[in-house]
Amino acid sequence: MSLPMTAPDTELDLWLSQQTEKSLLRFLTCGSVDDGKSTLIGRLLYDSQLVLDDQLASLKKESRNRMVGDEGIDFSLLVDGLTAEREQGITIDVAYRFFSTDKRKFIVADTPGHEQYTRNMATGASNADLALVLVDARKGVLTQTRRHSFILSLIGVKHVVVVVNKIDLVNYDQAVFDRIVAEYRQFAEPLGFKTLETIPVSALRGDNMLAPSANTPWYKGSALVPYLETIDIAEDRSSQKFRFPVQWVNRPNLDFRGFSGTVASGAISVRDEVLIASSRKPAQISRIVTMDGDLQTAIAGQAVTLVLDREVDLSRGDVLTLPGETPEYSNQFQARLVWMNDEPAYPGRSYLLKIGAQLVPATITDLKFRTNVNTLEQTAATKIDLNEVATVTIATDKPIAFDAYRSNALTGGFILIDRLSNATLAAGTIEFGLRRAQNLTYQSFDVNRDVRAAMKGQTPQIVWFTGLSGSGKSSIANLLEKRLTAEGRHAYILDGDNVRHGLNKDLGFTEAARVENIRRVAEVARLMADAGLIVLVSFISPFEKERRLAREIAGDISFTEVYVDTPLEVCEARDPKGLYKRARAGEIKNFTGIDSPFEPPTNAELVLHGAEQEPVVLADELHAWLKL
Amino acid sequence: MSAPSLTHLQILEAESIEILREVAASFERPVMMYSIGKDSSVLLHLARKAFYPSKIPFPLLHVDTTFKFREMISFRDRMAEQFGFDLIRHTNPDGIRDGINPFDHGSSRYTDIMKTQALRQALNAGRYDAAIGGARRDEEKSRAKERIFSHRNASHAWDPKNQRPELWRVFNTRLNPGESMRVFPISNWTELDVWTYIYSEGIELPSLYFAKPRPVVERSGTLIMVDDERLPLGPGETPREEMVRFRTLGCYPLTGAIRSSAADLPSIIMEMQASRTSEREGRLIDSDSAGSMEKKKQEGYF
Repeated sequence: MSLPMTAPDTELDLWLSQQTEKSLLRFLTCGSVDDGKSTLIGRLLYDSQLVLDDQLASLKKESRNRMVGDEGIDFSLLVDGLTAEREQGITIDVAYRFFSTDKRKFIVADTPGHEQYTRNMATGASNADLALVLVDARKGVLTQTRRHSFILSLIGVKHVVVVVNKIDLVNYDQAVFDRIVAEYRQFAEPLGFKTLETIPVSALRGDNMLAPSANTPWYKGSALVPYLETIDIAEDRSSQKFRFPVQWVNRPNLDFRGFSGTVASGAISVRDEVLIASSRKPAQISRIVTMDGDLQTAIAGQAVTLVLDREVDLSRGDVLTLPGETPEYSNQFQARLVWMNDEPAYPGRSYLLKIGAQLVPATITDLKFRTNVNTLEQTAATKIDLNEVATVTIATDKPIAFDAYRSNALTGGFILIDRLSNATLAAGTIEFGLRRAQNLTYQSFDVNRDVRAAMKGQTPQIVWFTGLSGSGKSSIANLLEKRLTAEGRHAYILDGDNVRHGLNKDLGFTEAARVENIRRVAEVARLMADAGLIVLVSFISPFEKERRLAREIAGDISFTEVYVDTPLEVCEARDPKGLYKRARAGEIKNFTGIDSPFEPPTNAELVLHGAEQEPVVLADELHAWLKL
Repeated sequence: MSAPSLTHLQILEAESIEILREVAASFERPVMMYSIGKDSSVLLHLARKAFYPSKIPFPLLHVDTTFKFREMISFRDRMAEQFGFDLIRHTNPDGIRDGINPFDHGSSRYTDIMKTQALRQALNAGRYDAAIGGARRDEEKSRAKERIFSHRNASHAWDPKNQRPELWRVFNTRLNPGESMRVFPISNWTELDVWTYIYSEGIELPSLYFAKPRPVVERSGTLIMVDDERLPLGPGETPREEMVRFRTLGCYPLTGAIRSSAADLPSIIMEMQASRTSEREGRLIDSDSAGSMEKKKQEGYF
C-alpha cells in the first residue's frame, strides 16, 4: 500500500497517518447466557464514543422495560442484531463489531452462549487472536465456561482474558474474584493457552473497563481496554515456514503467467528457490508483483502474485514451499471435527473437504472417539451429532498438502461440505498425517508416478469399459488406443482375451473366480497406470460391486468408468463371435444378457450409445472427454 | 530477518483481495455491483489490485434507477473507460413503462421496483452465480451478522437463521442450480477505514462527497438537492444555494445532504470523526421501521 501522498506537515495529516498505521486485534467474547457479553461489547462501543446520536435515540426508546445502568441504556441492544434475537433476548449468531482506540483497531466477534450454538462459537473463534471469557461473579465457573474454554483450545485461540463480570453485584468482594480465578486457572491448565489474564469488571457500571476502578483497590492489574490495547499478539507468522497456497492463476496474456495468492506464513524473496508441495518440482521466484510495484520480499498476510523463472505445472490448490520445509503431502490424516449440521456424521460417508484452495472428496474412515465438550470425557461413538466434537481419521481421494493445525492454522484447518446440499458440515483441525507419503529429504529426481508421467507427457489413468458382449467396447478401445498412439502417448488395452489366456487362465466362472478375475485385472491396471500408462480395460464387468472394487483398487489414480450402452437386441444381432447363438442354444451357461443379468452403471463418468453412433465417433467423444 | 508487521489497513486490504480472487476462481459467472459511491470506489480499487496485471475478470453491474445524481452517471462512464472494465447497466423496463418515481409512488414502492426488483432482473438475466457488493458490517445491525460469502436461495432470499458457518478463510463457495452467492469483501472495514484508505491510496471519488454550493430544498429536516427539473416543488418552495455535501450517494430525491464546508478528504474525515450521526441516517429507506433492513434483505435487497 502506498504512503499518504501529502507530507505529514500538519496536525491533521499526522492524525491521518496515525490512522493508517494502527495494529489490529481480533477477539471474541464468550461465556454463559446471562454473563453479559452483549452488555460488555455495548459498553466498549459506548465508551469509545462509537454510539452516535441517532443510534442513541433509538436505543433509549428500545431500552424501555429492560434492565438498564446509570446511563439509562440497555447496552446489549447495540449488538443483538436480528429481530428474532431482539424478541427472544438471546444472541443466536456471531455478530461482528468494530471499535478503535488511538493504538489499535478491534474486530469483535460476539458469539452465542447456548450449547446448541457451539458451532457459532467455533466460527467466531476461528479468526480470533484472543478471547474474552465472561464469568458472572455471582455464579462462578459454570459448565458453559468450561465448554467454551475447551472449544477455544480446540480452535487454537492462544490468548485468553477471564472477565469476572458483575463484580458490583458481589460488593466488589476480592475473595469472590480470587476463588473464581483459582478455579479457572486449575481447570484451564491443560488447555495450553499462551497467556491467561483475569480482570474483575462491571460492564454495566464501567468498573475496570477503561481505567482501574476505585471500587476494586485490591486489584493491581490493568483495566480491560488498556490490556487489549497493549497485549502482544504478534505471533510472528513471518518467521514460520513459508506456505503459499496458489489461489488464482494470473494470465493476462501469453507473456505473463503469475500465481496469485496470500502468503499464509513465512516470507519469500526474489531469487528464492521454491518447491511445489505436490510434485516436489523446484523453481525460482523471478518477480513478486503487486499493482503498487514489484516487491523484493513478501511476508505472511500479504496478497501478491508470484512469477517463476520456468514453466511448471502449477495451478489453484497447489502450495508453494521452500526446500527442506515442505508440508505433509498425504491422503490420510487424523483430525478433530466440530460437527455443525443437523444430519449426523457417519464413518464411510463421502464428503467434500476444502483446505486452503484445495477441494477434494473425502471419507471419514474411522471415528476414534467423541469428546464430551462439558466434561472433556472421551467416549466411543458410531456417529457425530450436531455440536459434538470427535477425533477421526480421514482419507481423501487424492493427496493434499497440509500441516498440523497447531503449527499452522491456515494450512491445517479445513471444512467438510455436503455433496448434495453443499451445506458446511464441520470444521476440522488436522492433528497429524497417518502415512508419511513424503519426507523432508525427498528429492525431485526420485522416480515416482509423476516423474514417469511427466516423461511421457500424459496423465496416467484407467479407462474402464463396461457393457454387454458385442456392445462395441473393444472396437472403441482399439480406436482410442490408435489415436492416442498416433499422438505420441502410451496406452495399453487389457481385455478378456489377453488376460484370460495368461494371467487368469487358472480361474473359472464361479462367483469367487469372477471377483478374483476383476481384482487381478484392476491390480494390473493400477500397476500399469503407476508406470505412467493410459490403461484401457475392456471387460463386460456386469456387476456394480465388481466395478466398485476396481475403482477402489485404482485408489488415487484417475478412474473413468465408460458404459457402452447398446441394447441387447443390437448386440445379439451383431454377435461377432457367435457367442449369443451358442448361449441361446444352451452351450454356454451364465452368459451375460441371456441367463445372467447386467446391472447398468448408475455412476459411470460417461455413457456411450453404441447403437446410435459409429465406434469412431464414440471414440472421438471419449477422447475429448478424457483429461490426457 | 526482523519481523515486520502489517498495519490494520494492509491486513484489511489483503483480506479483501483474497476474497475477490476466491470469487474469480470459484464461480462461473461472477459480477460486481457498482453503485459509484465511496464503498464501490474502494471495491473497484481492490479488484484492480487483486487481478493486476490482468484486467478485472468479471463485469461491473450498475442498477440505474433513472434518479441517480447526474454526476454519478458521468463519473461511472469515465471510470469504466479509464480502467477498462466491462460495465453492465440495467434499469427495470416495467418501472420505465409505468413511469415509477419516488414522488408519486412513495419511496418504498419506488425502491422495491427500481432497485430490488431491478437487481433481481439483472442477476437473473446475467445468470450470475456470485454478486460482489460493498456492504460493511459496521453499517447496520443485521449486516453485522451476515457472512462474507452469503448464500441466497433460487429466489435471491437470505435466510439469517440458516447461514453457513464461515471458518478461518476457508469459504464454502458451492452452490446448487439456481442458487447464488452475495459476497462482501469489505465486510470488516469501518467507515473510517474506508475514508483513510481512500486518503492513503489517492482513490478518486465523485465530487458530490465534497462540499460546494448546491441548489437544495429542505423537507422535514432533510436537505434534498434539486439535481434536475423532475423534482416537484411545493407551493412557495424555492431551491436555494447551500454549502452541502453527501455522506452516501443514491437516488437524489431520497438522499439527504448535510451542511458542510469540508471540501477535501482530510476535512471530511475530521468532520466525520466529530459528527454524531450514523451514515445511513441520510438514507431514507432505513428509517421506516426497526429491522427494516433485515426484512429487505430477506426479500432480496442487496
